[in-house]
Amino acid sequence: MVTSVTNFGRSGLFDWLIQRFSAVILGAYTLCILASIAVIPELDYAHWKAIFDSNSMRMFSLITLLALCAHAWIGMWTISTDYLTTLQLGTRATFVRLLFQASCALLTLIYMLWGIQIFWGV
Amino acid sequence: MKDNRPINIDLTTFKYPLPAITSILHRISGIVIFVGVALLLYLLQLSLESAAGFDLVAAWLDNLIVKFLTWSVLAALLFHLIVGFKHLLMDLGIGETRAGGVLAAKLALLLAIIAMLAAGVWLW
Repeated sequence: MVTSVTNFGRSGLFDWLIQRFSAVILGAYTLCILASIAVIPELDYAHWKAIFDSNSMRMFSLITLLALCAHAWIGMWTISTDYLTTLQLGTRATFVRLLFQASCALLTLIYMLWGIQIFWGV
Repeated sequence: MKDNRPINIDLTTFKYPLPAITSILHRISGIVIFVGVALLLYLLQLSLESAAGFDLVAAWLDNLIVKFLTWSVLAALLFHLIVGFKHLLMDLGIGETRAGGVLAAKLALLLAIIAMLAAGVWLW
């Protein structure tokens, strides 16, 4: 058996599970933010900042950020291995796919560091 | 690996029933979110930085292009969330029959369209 070197957990089953767990976290966070906005009648800066300005919310935000990065990587990896193959691209496929995956990894890393900066700074 | 496995991944020869269309839209919305997170993080950073930044973001959102871009990302997010929820239900064994799959796809699409329209009404 050949083990893929580019997927998230080196195992399809692990990736599958992480994709589901992170999905639940991302969904919960999205609904939490939407609900927070919905219950505030007139959204101003003080109210907006107060949503993110507590230790529990900081943790929730950062955990969600990690979930987002894992979820995005697994999703973009899956898409790249489905549509950027020798079937569509011929002999250039591996090069194009690795380039695409490297770009996704870079963007994911930027999101993670940038997000930590934002949520930690509140 | 057996080398006589049937291989037919020429997507143009496929039929696309509703669950398949929902599935491909789920992927496309995922890509839109992946790129759109940059916009969301930027708006979040600016709006949390200071009261002036918050007002600036509010003013930007009055601009039609920024408003439309933000709505696009929110719409993709809501679509991905609702269809993803259907995905998780099917992982639990709910709606795995052929009829169930079509019904689930219809319900998810309907809910997603309502949510996307609601997001538009809220932004405008």
